[in-house]
Amino acid sequence: MTSLTWPGAALDRGRLLRLLQEYGVYAALVILFVVAVGLDGSFLSTGNIRVQLYQVAPTLLVALGMSLVIGTEGIDLSVGATIALAASVVPLYAGYGLFAALAVALVLGAATGAVGGAMVAFARVQPIVATLSLMIGVRGLAEIVNGNSAKPITQSGLLGLGSHTLGGVPEMAWIAGVCALLTGLLVRRTTFGRQLVAIGDNRQASRLSGLPVRRVLITVYVLSGVLAALAGVLIVGHGAEADPANQGLNMELDAITAVVVGGTPLSGGRVRVLGTVAGALFMQLITAVLTQHNVHTSYTQIVEAAIICFAVYASQERGTR
Amino acid sequence: MTSTALQPAPISPGAASDGQAARISVRERIASQVQRHGALAVLVLVVAIASATSSTFPTWNNISSILGSNAFVWLLALGMTFVIITGGIDLSVGSMFALGGVLGAYGSRHGTWLAIVLPLAVGAAWGTVQGLLIAYARMAPFIVTLVGLLGLRGLLQAVTSEGATTYLVPAHSWFRNLGAGTWTPVLIVAALFALGALLLTRTRFGATLTALGGNEHAARLMGLPVARAKVLVYLLSGTLAAGAGALGGARLGSGVTTIGVGYELTAIAAVVIGGTLLTGGAGSIGGTVSGVLLLAVIHNLIDHYFSQYGSAFTDTVNGGFLAVVVLLQTLLSRTQQLE
Repeated sequence: MTSLTWPGAALDRGRLLRLLQEYGVYAALVILFVVAVGLDGSFLSTGNIRVQLYQVAPTLLVALGMSLVIGTEGIDLSVGATIALAASVVPLYAGYGLFAALAVALVLGAATGAVGGAMVAFARVQPIVATLSLMIGVRGLAEIVNGNSAKPITQSGLLGLGSHTLGGVPEMAWIAGVCALLTGLLVRRTTFGRQLVAIGDNRQASRLSGLPVRRVLITVYVLSGVLAALAGVLIVGHGAEADPANQGLNMELDAITAVVVGGTPLSGGRVRVLGTVAGALFMQLITAVLTQHNVHTSYTQIVEAAIICFAVYASQERGTR
Repeated sequence: MTSTALQPAPISPGAASDGQAARISVRERIASQVQRHGALAVLVLVVAIASATSSTFPTWNNISSILGSNAFVWLLALGMTFVIITGGIDLSVGSMFALGGVLGAYGSRHGTWLAIVLPLAVGAAWGTVQGLLIAYARMAPFIVTLVGLLGLRGLLQAVTSEGATTYLVPAHSWFRNLGAGTWTPVLIVAALFALGALLLTRTRFGATLTALGGNEHAARLMGLPVARAKVLVYLLSGTLAAGAGALGGARLGSGVTTIGVGYELTAIAAVVIGGTLLTGGAGSIGGTVSGVLLLAVIHNLIDHYFSQYGSAFTDTVNGGFLAVVVLLQTLLSRTQQLE
C-alpha cells in the first residue's frame, strides 16, 4: 500500500468516495451557499435569511420524523396529510388559546402515527402501503373537518408562534432547531435510539434478541406524526390561514428527499440527523436560488431533479445492496 | 429459547422441535397460496356483497364503466409489477402518463404513427436513463424515479408552456379509435397483461427478474445479466407508462397536463395488494390484475354510495377502505410473519 507512505496518494478513489459520502452534503451546502451569495449579494441580507428559515422550519420538522422512520427501514407517506389534519383543527380550537389548539393538533398527529405504526408493527403491512392509505384518508378527513374551504386565523397568540422572532431568528426555526437537537440526542444517546437503528439494520435479529420491536416501531411512527402535526400548526400560524386541501401537499416527498440527500440510507439501520438538517437546508437553498433568479417553474423542477440526483449519487452508501 | 447449545439448527422463529418445523413448512405453503390469491379472495367477497346489496352494481353499464374508464391507467401497475419484483420501485410513472398523453395528442396532429411512436420513444429513453442510473451507478431506485417524477412534470410544463397550451387530437384522426368505446381499451390492456404474464413466467428474462429480486448478489454470482435486466425493467415501465398516457390521450381527445398526480401510488397499491412483495423476489401478473380490479371496484362502490357527501368524504372512505383491504389481505397471509 503505497497510499500509506505518501499523504497525497491517501486520497485514492475509494477514500475520496467515502469522504464524499460522509461529508458530501455539507460540502454541497457550502458550495451552493457561496454560489447563491456570488450570484446576488443581497442573498446574505438578514431579511432573506429569515425568509429562508421560515420556509425550511416545517420541512425540517417533518424530515426529522421521517429520518427516524427511514432508520427502521420504513417510510411515512402520511405526513403531508397529517399536516393538513393538524392545520384543519387549529381554527376550531384557536379560540381557547394557542396551547389548546396545539394540544389537539399534536394528539391527532400522534393518533395518525399510531394507526400507521400499528398497521406496520402488528399487522405487518408494508409501511409504504399502510401510510399510503392514511395519506388518502387523512387528507379527506382534514377537508371534512375544515368544511372544504380555507379558514383565516385571527388569534394573535397563534400568529406569534408562526411569525415572531427571538434574537433575530424566527421562533419556528428555534423550535425546529431544538427538535433537531432532541432527535439527535434520541438517536445517539438513548437506548431507544440504539434499538431503532438495530431494528432498521436487522429486524429478525432484533426480534430474536428480545428488543421491543413493536413498541419501537409504533413510537417511531407516533413521533413522525407528532412532528408533522407541529409543522402543520406552525404553517397555519405563519400563513394565518388553514387550507387543508393544499397545505402539506408533497411534503412527504420533500422530507424523504431531505433525509436521503442528508445521507440516511433508505435501507435503514442508520440515522444521520445532522445530515437531515443539512439536506433540508440544501433543498431550501436550491428552490430559493432558482426562484430568486426568475427561473421558470418548469425548468426549476428539472434543475432541482438533476441536483438531487447528483447530490444523492455523491453521498450515497456504496457497495452495500 | 429452549434449544440447547448442541443444536446447530438454523435460526427460525418458534422452531422448537422437528415436528413443529415440519408443520410450519406446510402452513407456509398454504399461506403462500393464500397470499398469492388473497386479493382475488377479497375481490370475490367485495363483488358478492356489492351485487347483493346494490341493484345498480351488477348492471352492464356499471361494469363497462369500471372496466373501460380507467383501463389504460392499469398499464402502470403492469410495468410496476416488473419493477417491484426486482426489488425496485418506479415513482415516475404518474408524470410519465401525463407526458405521454401530451406527446400523443401533439403527435396526432402530424399523423397517427407519430402519436404512437413519439410517446413510446420518450418513455423508453427516459426509462433507459433511469435504469442505467440504477443498474450501473447503483443509485437507489426510489431516488432516481423520484427525480423522474419531478423532472418529467417540469418537462411536461416546458412542452405545454406552463400548461397554457393544450394539444387536441384532431377529430378525424384514426388515433382516437384506439381509446374509443369500452372494448378497445379493455382488449388492448388485456392483451398487454397477457404478454406481461408470458414474459414473466415463460421466459429467461422473467426468471432472471425473480432471481434478481430474491437475492441480487446470488443472481450475479450465478452469472445472470443482472444489470441488463434492471435497465430493461425500467425501460419497460417507462414505455408502458408513456404508451398508457398516449392511449388515455386518445380516449380523452387531448393531452391533459394535470393528469396522473398520485397514479404511481395507486399503481404501487394495486401491485402490493395483488401479493407482490415490495422487497422483491415474489409476485405475479395475475395478482396485479386482482389488485387493479379490487381498487377499481372499491372506487366504483364508494362513488356510488358516498359521492353525494362530497369528494373529501369520498377520499376519507377510500383511504379507510384501502386500509381495511390491505389489513385483511395481510392478515390472510401469514408468510410475512416468518420473514
